[in-house]
Amino acid sequence: MKQLPIARLPELFAAMAAGRTLYIPADDGGQARFLPYRDGMEMTRALNTVRSAKDLFFPQTENLVGFQVRGREIALEETRDEVEPFVVFGVRACDAASFRILDTVFLAEPADTFYQTRRACGTVVTLACGQPEETCFCTAFGIDPAEPGGDAACWMDGETLYLRANTEKGAQLLDSLPLLEEAGDDAPGTAQAAIRAVAERLPLGKLDLTGFDGAHLMEKFNHPAWAKLSESCLGCGTCTFVCPTCQCYDIRDFDTGRGVRRFRCWDSCMYSDFTMMAHGTNRPTQLERFRQRFMHKLVYYPADHDGVYGCVGCGRCLTRCPISMNIVKVAKTLGEETT
Amino acid sequence: MNLRKDPLIPMVGVVTDIRTDTPDVKTFRVVGLDGKKPFTHIPGQCAMLSMPGVGEALFSITSSPTNLDYLEFSIKKCGCVTTWLHEITPGQQITLRGPYGNGFPVDTELRGKDLLIIAGGIGLAPVRSVINYVRANRQNYGSLDIVYGSRSKEDLVDYQEILDEWCREDGIQVHLTIDREQEGWDGHVGFVPNYVKELNFDTSKTVVMCGPPIMIKFTLAGLLELGFSREQVYTTFELRMKCALGKCGRCNIGDKYVCKDGPVFRLDQMTQLPDEY
Amino acid sequence: MQELIKAKAIELLESGAVDRVLGWKAGEFFYDLTPAVFTSAAEVERDFVYSVFSGANFSKYLIAESRKEGKVAAFLKPCDTYSFNQLLKEHRIWRDRVHVVGIACDGMCDIDKIRAAGARGVTAVERDGETLRISTLYGERTMAKADAEAERCVHCKSRKLVAYDEKLGEDGEVIADSGRFDQVAQLEAMTPDERYAFWRGELSRCIRCNACRDVCPACSCEKCVFDNPKSGIAQKAAANSFEESLFHIIRAFHVASRCTDCGECSRVCPQKIPLHLLNRKFIKDIDELYGDYQAGADLETKPPLMAFTTDDCEPSVVYERGGKQG
Repeated sequence: MKQLPIARLPELFAAMAAGRTLYIPADDGGQARFLPYRDGMEMTRALNTVRSAKDLFFPQTENLVGFQVRGREIALEETRDEVEPFVVFGVRACDAASFRILDTVFLAEPADTFYQTRRACGTVVTLACGQPEETCFCTAFGIDPAEPGGDAACWMDGETLYLRANTEKGAQLLDSLPLLEEAGDDAPGTAQAAIRAVAERLPLGKLDLTGFDGAHLMEKFNHPAWAKLSESCLGCGTCTFVCPTCQCYDIRDFDTGRGVRRFRCWDSCMYSDFTMMAHGTNRPTQLERFRQRFMHKLVYYPADHDGVYGCVGCGRCLTRCPISMNIVKVAKTLGEETT
Repeated sequence: MNLRKDPLIPMVGVVTDIRTDTPDVKTFRVVGLDGKKPFTHIPGQCAMLSMPGVGEALFSITSSPTNLDYLEFSIKKCGCVTTWLHEITPGQQITLRGPYGNGFPVDTELRGKDLLIIAGGIGLAPVRSVINYVRANRQNYGSLDIVYGSRSKEDLVDYQEILDEWCREDGIQVHLTIDREQEGWDGHVGFVPNYVKELNFDTSKTVVMCGPPIMIKFTLAGLLELGFSREQVYTTFELRMKCALGKCGRCNIGDKYVCKDGPVFRLDQMTQLPDEY
Repeated sequence: MQELIKAKAIELLESGAVDRVLGWKAGEFFYDLTPAVFTSAAEVERDFVYSVFSGANFSKYLIAESRKEGKVAAFLKPCDTYSFNQLLKEHRIWRDRVHVVGIACDGMCDIDKIRAAGARGVTAVERDGETLRISTLYGERTMAKADAEAERCVHCKSRKLVAYDEKLGEDGEVIADSGRFDQVAQLEAMTPDERYAFWRGELSRCIRCNACRDVCPACSCEKCVFDNPKSGIAQKAAANSFEESLFHIIRAFHVASRCTDCGECSRVCPQKIPLHLLNRKFIKDIDELYGDYQAGADLETKPPLMAFTTDDCEPSVVYERGGKQG
């Protein structure tokens, strides 16, 4: 366990940013996001970023490969961005837990090397949530906000920041920072107790997910409540784009005039063209598209992954959905009549 | 050039031969730049073909694994990529990656069985691979019945191969049908589901089926009426796919990804899945 | 007001005057109301909420709702009635299948303003006259309702109901000195470089979720050009960091002279981009170039950009109005 006076955070950031990119949650036009650290940059006061830490590992757009087409011949060309080692500081427990879900998708054979490279290059430093919001419900998924995980974890207690390495990568990072002082192993105990006390009071923290499993798959799918739940959905992609676990993507080609770039970009199952083929779509209305998103997180994913849910309770969709429809409302409504 | 590998990055191949099967179906023969077959596969598996700038799409590999020289794809003209493919000439390079999906269980569950293959229209593409694999390993299978139907005589894919090879081989019963009466056609006329019922097959057979959803639906009903069970019937599905690796999320139905857990499903497994295919 | 509205909803449903009522449904908290269709008195009793967080504009939902069998009632606030009129003008809503109950409004609140004022873990807000009593996980606090009002309400253009079959409460008048163009004027006073930097900063946060478009009553195309793969501009990814800006600028052009300035685009933006300022720039320009015009104020006046008169300004006005270059 290490420690540092919180007043010296700028020095810590400067040290972490030396020789590599450090991302911290900072304000950008009033909205929090992970930004490359520059001297003088301050951490946001917001609990969490609008977009999740997923962006740093699975960016909204990235080049896959390039093509040069000459006559009837095709040559491939490298268009990958070089990824250098980086540190992301201030990741919350929910976002840190989201990497377990993203990993099962992207690192499953055959592994996605773009994501894999970023995971290998990135060191995740988490920060325990001193003051969770009413929209937080990570505890419903067994996530402990007082043990935020990541390669290294931090706690703020009064005037002191405590840091502990959780992995080899985290230990290497902390060991490379001589300004950190040694601290007792149970030093953040007080801070942790305070966090757990608040977590206990979170209004959505005990969301009941009984019956959301493979055994109830068809029952949930055929539930009559989907029509009502989805009736005012705008079909926008807000929930999917701010979600730390949504990972659906599209692959498209773009002719730059000097060659074709094949890129991938985030996609949303909420969009009408998501499953559109030349002869039609298997999800013709917003009801089916809406249902797919929530069934995937609450039923399909756990059915395929030993009961682990595809949601980490970060609450972003609760605060950002234009019509305030969200996974909590869906889970509560569908859970009412579980047999 | 030094290109870092990724499952999404394709290889370049060449279309060496193009056969016009029907007014809207062509069969493309593809090899790698080295002139060899790009990869080996199981009948029912698919590959991603693309033309940079046009797009990438998933197609069934219609040639048999026993063909050691090239891959073949029978492709119906219906969208962007297929329209482009229909306009090219031999010698054109394309990109490909694969093989994807589970394929038909030709060496396990289908082995030793009397087989009934049912196809409609372009649905012959994936099962042609099964048929030719079975023909090449005849000793491993019982009888082979093929029911194949199309809108018209001109729309029967691989008609020449059917006539010249399949129809002439011992131990294969080929039952062709077209939707409407047509001059020069003295075979059966009528829809596939009805023909299957008329033929009144022995219910000990194992069924491999592919065709438009409506054909699958009614043929299955007919088979169940004849006394077949869902456990005896295999089919293959087509959904929109982008990665074909079980990651992009597009072909997710229930807890399955059609691209990696399918596209071949036994019909009793389908009853465990939401009806979104 | 909430009791009046609920009573009206129940009366309309029970008398058989309408089959469905479009209203705001209670959420997990006091502020996360969801637009919903109510079909029974019991549902209204249980779930219907009208409060300072009933901001959602129902006019666009009426495009689809009015195409269903039977009659639907919708509660529209003054600014919502402008959108409703505009959609009627564009023949998008089947008028005879809609019963509009106009409701007076004195300004909606924005939970983000309450959060920005320092309230964290907000679990309840009660309105007590002009004060909001706020309960949080970390204690109680109060805030003036005026300080929590949504930007579009602070600069409300009209408290007048311009379309209704019946109304509840007394509506107000058009507000001439709303100050809604003040910020546009500030942007106009900037140099092109400053203005470019302002918009670049704001629009760089765009995640292209399309919420602004999908909620916009003026964006009622069955298939948006940006969703059409054959349009050649349907790329979901930006070719460069300014491409998102073009999406928003093109969209603003598409809705110019039809946008009623309802402000839904800015309300729903997950990144809080002040998109309404783009629309207000067009409205201000149209007012200055073609004479005052308010989209949705009535059913008769032709939108200036859809009508031609010999008095119209010439394209050269762009040069005449000048603006320092470079």
